[in-house]
Amino acid sequence: MDKFDVIIAGAGLAGLGAAYTLAGSGLEVLVLERGDYPGAKNITGGRLYMNPVRDLFPGLFEKAPLERFITHEGITLMAKERSVTLDYSGSELRREPPQSYSVLRVKFDRWLAGQVEEKGIMLLPKTRVEDIIRNNGQITGVVAGGDELRADVVIACDGVLSLISEKAGLRSPGSAHDFAIGIKEVISMDSGVINDRFNLQGNEGAARLFVGEVTRGKFGGGFLYTNRESLSLGLVIGIHDVAGDKTAMKLPVLLEEFKERPEIAPLIKGGSTVEYSAHVIPEGGFKALGSLYGSGILVAGDAAGLALNIGFTVRGMEYALASGCYAARTVLEAKKKGDFSTDTLSVYKRLLDESFVLKDFSNFRKTPAVVSNPRFLSHYPELVGNLMKDIYAVPAGPKERIYPTLRKYLTLGELWAELKDLREVMKI
Amino acid sequence: MSEKMDLKAKLGLDVFKPVGQPHIKIRPSMEKDSRLKPAIRLCPSGLYSENENGEVVLATVDGCIECGTCRIACGTEVLEWNYPEGGTGVQFRFG
Repeated sequence: MDKFDVIIAGAGLAGLGAAYTLAGSGLEVLVLERGDYPGAKNITGGRLYMNPVRDLFPGLFEKAPLERFITHEGITLMAKERSVTLDYSGSELRREPPQSYSVLRVKFDRWLAGQVEEKGIMLLPKTRVEDIIRNNGQITGVVAGGDELRADVVIACDGVLSLISEKAGLRSPGSAHDFAIGIKEVISMDSGVINDRFNLQGNEGAARLFVGEVTRGKFGGGFLYTNRESLSLGLVIGIHDVAGDKTAMKLPVLLEEFKERPEIAPLIKGGSTVEYSAHVIPEGGFKALGSLYGSGILVAGDAAGLALNIGFTVRGMEYALASGCYAARTVLEAKKKGDFSTDTLSVYKRLLDESFVLKDFSNFRKTPAVVSNPRFLSHYPELVGNLMKDIYAVPAGPKERIYPTLRKYLTLGELWAELKDLREVMKI
Repeated sequence: MSEKMDLKAKLGLDVFKPVGQPHIKIRPSMEKDSRLKPAIRLCPSGLYSENENGEVVLATVDGCIECGTCRIACGTEVLEWNYPEGGTGVQFRFG
């Protein structure tokens, strides 16, 4: 029987963030990963924001295999036959250090795992955690690959479903309301072609979000990120929304229809799909967070529900890295005390409360309800499209005055409804 | 028809290592349970279908990309759900 100080289940960003933080502490750390290599089971819709994590991992990301730094942000309201795009760019987003990078997780996670291993941390791939070991209510290890592995503390970084925290009684299987599915293709494309199509120079990148018709008005949207030599293109859609609608289109078909939209088709033309992937994403925000710790166990990253969609920014990877880091700091304190009880490990919650992680979740606790407002997902894209159509239309005869045209759509009833929506938005 | 071909071709792009025992199973006598139906629409690999008896069928887990959606959508009362054993199943190359 092997005994470690810490067992980390899962070599994603939370697990590797924890392992990196523990490296050099003298603790014996074992990272378990069920994939053939770190990253083998990990996917992302797109990008990593650097500002929140730079100071937690000083210097680490300077040589990271990031894709492109995002200099073009776009959000497109998709109606049935038209779309309206808001494009945000300029010199500000080009300033050093860049705010965010597109990433491909296999490349990134393998690299980060390499950094962790170089610092002397042991990483065991191809090993699935099958169960947890308990002793008098305290978690004292895991069963993995048929072996019993003991540790003072287990950090569960086993992803959004976190079967480990379920087994530990820290959470129950999630409700469909609190999760979405992301479905994505990586489309290979020459970097020069990408630069031409997205108006980019050198290693600049573009990020585009699409809301409305792409999900047939259901919660979620489309996304497109430019990587160095590929595009990440996909859809996110609420699981409950599809489950509750017997007439909903099958997701693979919905993705194909998204690709055929005239706004998308020319952007991906000539590219070749090289990978197809999908994953569940936590969308429940603050109210859906599981218990973050128990006796002998800490939970980090998606496993704890730490992903946050506030409409324009959709984030998870920074929270994973940061929560991994704080979990590791908690372990270091607990080790000093020689005590891994719930009480001692509650330091983790305090560290997260004091950091951007739970401050963000607390500040944006109302957003899941707002961003799933069906009016934002079907009514407004159509409304804005209608306004655009009439503003831009030039008929054969005389053109109608603009104000009466606008009033046709912006009736008192509509304005009243918009005011109510605005009151909801003000909670964000 | 073309839909199925497209999806098969897409899944053919991914690297899979054979899974020993199926890691997802419909629990015995649950085939007609309505909770399984959403999986037909949601599964990105199109692995769930309905037969002429109104039963939901999961004929194979080959092509499962381990997204976890069916576990969330249908629940563990109707699905026996686990990750495939270590070192098996989908192995992404880009992510």
